[in-house]
Amino acid sequence: MDRKAPPLKANRRNVLKAGLAVGAAQLAGPFIINARGEEPVKIGLDNPLTGTYAAVGKNELIGCQLAIEQINAKGGILGRHAELVVEDSTSGDSSTAVQKARKLIDRDKVNFLLGNVNSALALAMADVSSEKKVLHIVPGGHTDAVTGATCHWNVFRVCNTTQMEANAVAPALIKNAGKKWYFITPDYAFGHTLQSGLEKAGTRLGYTKLGADLTPLGTTDFSSYLIKAEAAKPDVIIFLTQGDDMINALKQAVQFGLDKRVHLAGAQQELEALEGLPPEARIGTWVFEWYWNQPNVPHVAEFVAAIKKKTGRVPTARTWFGFASTWSCALAANHAKSLDAIKMAKALQGFELPPEVGLMPDKAFYRAGQNQLIGSLFVGNAQAKGSAPDDLFHVAEVVHGKEAAGTLEESGCKMTWPA
Amino acid sequence: MKGPGQRSTNALVVLILATMPFWMQYVGGYTELATQVLVMALAAMSLNFLLGFTGTLSFGHAAYFGLGGYGVAMIIKYIAPSTPLGILVGVAVGTIAAMVIGALIIKLRGVYFAMVTIAFGQVFFFIAFRWNSVTGGDDGLTNWKRQALDLGFTRVELLDHALTFYYFVLLIFLLAAACMALILRSPFGRTLLAIRENERKARFLGIPVEHHLWLSFVISCAFCSLAGTLYALLNNFIDPRALYWGQSGNFVIMAVLGGMRSFWGPLVGAAIFVVLQDFISSRTENWMSFVGLFFVLIVLFFPRGVLGMIRRRSSQ
Amino acid sequence: MSQLILFNLFNGLIVGAFYALMALGLSLILNLSGVINFAHGGFLALGAYIAYTLMPYVGFWGALLIAPFLTAFLGIIIERLLIRRLYGRDPLYSLLLTFGLAYIFEDVSRYIWGAQSVPFIVPGFLTKPLSNSLFFLTGYRVFMVVLVAIAVAALFYILNRTRLGMRIRAGTMDLETVSTLGVNVRVLRNLNFGLGIFLAGLAGVLAAGLLGLQPTIGTSLIMPSFVAIIVGGLGSLPGTLLGGLLIGVASGLTTVFFPSATEAVMYVMMGLVLLLRPRGLLGEEGRL
Repeated sequence: MDRKAPPLKANRRNVLKAGLAVGAAQLAGPFIINARGEEPVKIGLDNPLTGTYAAVGKNELIGCQLAIEQINAKGGILGRHAELVVEDSTSGDSSTAVQKARKLIDRDKVNFLLGNVNSALALAMADVSSEKKVLHIVPGGHTDAVTGATCHWNVFRVCNTTQMEANAVAPALIKNAGKKWYFITPDYAFGHTLQSGLEKAGTRLGYTKLGADLTPLGTTDFSSYLIKAEAAKPDVIIFLTQGDDMINALKQAVQFGLDKRVHLAGAQQELEALEGLPPEARIGTWVFEWYWNQPNVPHVAEFVAAIKKKTGRVPTARTWFGFASTWSCALAANHAKSLDAIKMAKALQGFELPPEVGLMPDKAFYRAGQNQLIGSLFVGNAQAKGSAPDDLFHVAEVVHGKEAAGTLEESGCKMTWPA
Repeated sequence: MKGPGQRSTNALVVLILATMPFWMQYVGGYTELATQVLVMALAAMSLNFLLGFTGTLSFGHAAYFGLGGYGVAMIIKYIAPSTPLGILVGVAVGTIAAMVIGALIIKLRGVYFAMVTIAFGQVFFFIAFRWNSVTGGDDGLTNWKRQALDLGFTRVELLDHALTFYYFVLLIFLLAAACMALILRSPFGRTLLAIRENERKARFLGIPVEHHLWLSFVISCAFCSLAGTLYALLNNFIDPRALYWGQSGNFVIMAVLGGMRSFWGPLVGAAIFVVLQDFISSRTENWMSFVGLFFVLIVLFFPRGVLGMIRRRSSQ
Repeated sequence: MSQLILFNLFNGLIVGAFYALMALGLSLILNLSGVINFAHGGFLALGAYIAYTLMPYVGFWGALLIAPFLTAFLGIIIERLLIRRLYGRDPLYSLLLTFGLAYIFEDVSRYIWGAQSVPFIVPGFLTKPLSNSLFFLTGYRVFMVVLVAIAVAALFYILNRTRLGMRIRAGTMDLETVSTLGVNVRVLRNLNFGLGIFLAGLAGVLAAGLLGLQPTIGTSLIMPSFVAIIVGGLGSLPGTLLGGLLIGVASGLTTVFFPSATEAVMYVMMGLVLLLRPRGLLGEEGRL
């Protein structure tokens, strides 16, 4: 290095140093919600904070944080302090997600594992958690297999299966939009199962499939797919894409004026996506898994107010997923009076969430033998403007998960418990 | 790369690596992280074979890394439950791809070469990403596990034994490193150094430069795909991100960070990078800024890398 | 069927024009300074976010006008502080530096504007299709192509008719001679970098009207730009333009017949070009 550095250089270095100091301050502030007293009970969250799913992952994190605060205010888990340990799983890198799951279990010795938004990562993490026998709750990864063909005794799920969403929304799609469907489906596990779920539900209702296109995750230009879909002259183009892909697809479809020629609708829709859309593209029939505007359901208003106080925005379904998952950990331990994974998993069989955690019209419970939470689904229409700036969805009908879930045999889950 | 000094360095490296799982926890690590350091180090060293010792920058090595990973995963999942066979096929797939791509690009130089390697790397990314029925697409290839080694007289379990697997990887790593060192000491390796120092002169001396560069590229990619097979085995998983150009960038920074001109440099770089990234990403969701800043600082202040600095200081 | 092909052909041209805009900026910087700017996608995102932030105050048109200049200004500062120090060193270093910058830009955008997509609203009259049968020709897409055409024309005017442009072109061919003739090469490279980033910023504002605006908006656009440069030929700006349009059309047409090869076809084209004409379609001899 130059010993006689000119003044400019020195200045710049100072700036760099200042930058580093700020950075170091951020590093020093622990990412872990702090512990007090005796050995805390640890809940490890391995969920995306960067990449495509960063926005929804962040909302789940906020829900988890609120739950932890409430749990500790109400006496903790088995009288011990609860602590959330957070790892960024990234949005699509399964090896990172798997490594972080191992790290949480082996090194941080967490008692519970939460995650993941991405279905594929959720399945990969479930392999690890069942190998290590740790109670694992999947807040928001929808593909059927998690509580279906590859279900595990220790893996529970809060969000719905894609089949449940499909069953809930299919009658409304036929009623509001028509029987001739064309699918725009994201090319990964979630999209495949959601489409086949809709096909199954549609067949029962006498629909016709005019075509389907698989779009890779991260597609930015949907015009060629839209051109093809329009050429098939369907009653409705069904968008199964999620997140940014949903935004790009709908935004472009509306710019093409397709909303004036055919119905644009789909199955799973999220507040995060509607907020990212221009008002004219907030249209169509969808199913929400949780919605903040439920004036007649007790405790919902308090939950909304608590989240608003934290973030300034209303909670989304994702916030609730995180909240309910974290609470489920505490309830399982307190119910089983043990931190033993098998005892807790047994305690959760058929377990009903209390109303201040469930926050929906129907009683939400973990179905025994499948570990799937079954609650309410909210079918309705997206709207450009509602009663409040965040009210972008009009709930037309609440479907009880029991009616949408099918039988235990249909789920394909054959659960084996360790000896 | 000769003499008693080098020999004692080598012994030291082997000693440190052999004991790594036992002290890793004191620097905030765990056994799988130690294994990951080895895997990344092998990838960075293979890249450095081309970058540091032949003077050619490839920014697309993740492609061969990922091909190796998919090779081993597909063999175990679809064909035969054998870890060694999977590794062999994985390396073969990566090497064959490198032979074809290498022949296409070997006439290019400098920045243009780097750019074309990135772009070709993306071809394999998109194949893995879009060919859903075979590769599992974006979800990756799941539902396969590394298989126990059958040595005839005994079976070595690798799956639930993180420590056994670490030593399995260490063994392969040391064998690969020894192979690379031998190649670099051979007349062929010397010729590569000559090309690095002055390509025109080498050409005047009658060295078939293109052929040598091609061979060096292929050897480098072969070792990189070996690292890729170990990576897939470590995670029991492979997905298209392993082939993405961001991964290639990480290999390059590891090589530069440790010191491109020294044989063990990339190992040091990989160790620092892997442990640091693991550490930072657990503490802040803004870890990408720190990793980015890390790149910038290395380029501006430590272009010779850690070992390069040490060597320079000791020679002064 | 033929209608479908025609539609996708047009659409490919539109997408290709967009790739070309990005690739031209990259190409300018690469030709004069030998820097592969990995952070180009990050600058694109910043341009879009700056426009989004300004829009409530100056409206869409004001933002469209101001944001690219602000982005270019930022580019000039970064070149001045960081990238300049690496000229004359192995291109490896500038590559790594911009690679790191790309990480930082993505993270900073997420930090400031959030991970969630933000709605970027363009004037109503632009968002309607021009005709009922050619519904994919929306006002915005046509506007985009026109704007790209104007930007490209202006760029070539600057390069061919102004003193700065002629110096840039001369510098691209022989930097040493230009330097000995008394041109301040540092300033030249600085302004050239700014010019390249200006195009990225403009591309960003245009992209935000079409796509969801989130921190990774630039990531998926950078690789096609690389391919456009390689196909068109290193050192040739008309080549880059041609390359961008060609790969746009090729991937547009592929969607009709074999949708899952939409991206792969670009790279196949690149392979063919390298095999048959290693210097690229319009590349100059001896620049490899």
